[in-house]
Amino acid sequence: MVIFGTALLAACYLAGVAVGEGIAALIGVKANVGGVGIAMLLLIAAQHFLQKHGLFAVDTAKGVTFWAMMYIPVVIAMAATQNVIVAAKSGPIALLSAAGAFAACVFLISAINRVIERRHIASAALAPITDDHDPASDLSVAPDHR
Amino acid sequence: MNAFFEKPILDNPLIVAFAFVGAVIWISNFLARHLTGGRVAGSAIAVLAGLALAYYGGVVTGKAKGLADIAQFGGLALMGGAMMRDFTIVATASEVHVDEAKKAGWLGFLALVLGTIVPFVVGVGVAYAYGLRDPVTLTTIGAGAVTYIVGPITGAAIGASSDVMALSIATGVVKAILVMVFTPVLARFMRLNNPQAAMVFGGLAGTVSGVSAGLAATDRRLVPYGALVATFHTGFGCLLGPSILFLAVKALFG
Repeated sequence: MVIFGTALLAACYLAGVAVGEGIAALIGVKANVGGVGIAMLLLIAAQHFLQKHGLFAVDTAKGVTFWAMMYIPVVIAMAATQNVIVAAKSGPIALLSAAGAFAACVFLISAINRVIERRHIASAALAPITDDHDPASDLSVAPDHR
Repeated sequence: MNAFFEKPILDNPLIVAFAFVGAVIWISNFLARHLTGGRVAGSAIAVLAGLALAYYGGVVTGKAKGLADIAQFGGLALMGGAMMRDFTIVATASEVHVDEAKKAGWLGFLALVLGTIVPFVVGVGVAYAYGLRDPVTLTTIGAGAVTYIVGPITGAAIGASSDVMALSIATGVVKAILVMVFTPVLARFMRLNNPQAAMVFGGLAGTVSGVSAGLAATDRRLVPYGALVATFHTGFGCLLGPSILFLAVKALFG
């Protein structure tokens, strides 16, 4: 059933966020430390385990994939709720430090990615998406899950 | 006639948001295909459209939540809020190939460290160049250049004034929007075409909202790899900001 997938996702999300809160309390930080990242790792592990034991039915997978595919719409809703006015009206200090920070990071990312490409630490570039087919629908349910 | 539409719209904010975002994406895909000949991704146009609509919402209402401050579009705040954003990000993990992620775990961590320190140094440098000398102010603005959450949390921890906090949040918001807009434009330059590169990007570009929207507009398949690293960014920044980074600034300028 589809709800099993969504419930699994929800359980991983809540567990991950709870662990993130725990880490934060442990090291005395006032923000969740990597809760979402931990939730992602939990979901990967849970899915892997269930697949290995043949318990991850196609319908169950759909309950996860649907939300993965809702990701872009959610991001667009997020963009529509940003405080763009504050950004546009902020003074030179905010503009320059943000632009400077981003520019410095872009150059670092470019340099590091060129190095890992040359040293073959990076995988081959993904094939371009050819049509308007949503690539998410190929994923996760795919039998060749590594 | 008006009441005929008004009531169902105001009573069902989340459903209206679904329909509205669907329409925005449909129009964006149409424009991408017919106006740019497919050279610009539909989702990149949709993110820009979202930001433009947020600007419009801000102008009309004078409030902080973009289009969601207009009553009819209130559902966007729930659909695009942190809860749904993080929930769908976790869902994308179902597409992660574990081997690809394992290959670059150490790179992700390195990127995370650099992605915290470099923006911080730039932020402090700019604030210093504008004549600010107070270590608390410098640190808070530097932390804002990491993410707009690290900024105020650091500021609150070290006792910054509210106008400095506002400046710090503004810095973070500007950065997030720059990342959203320019990631697809600079993707080729950053060699952003494989999972490991996306992890480096996630660590260095930081800010979850910027990374998630930027990668979504570049190549959807890269999202989980970038997000996996980026979600540690805020926590890591909040750990370093009020501690090591503040002490370093105090030692240098205090």
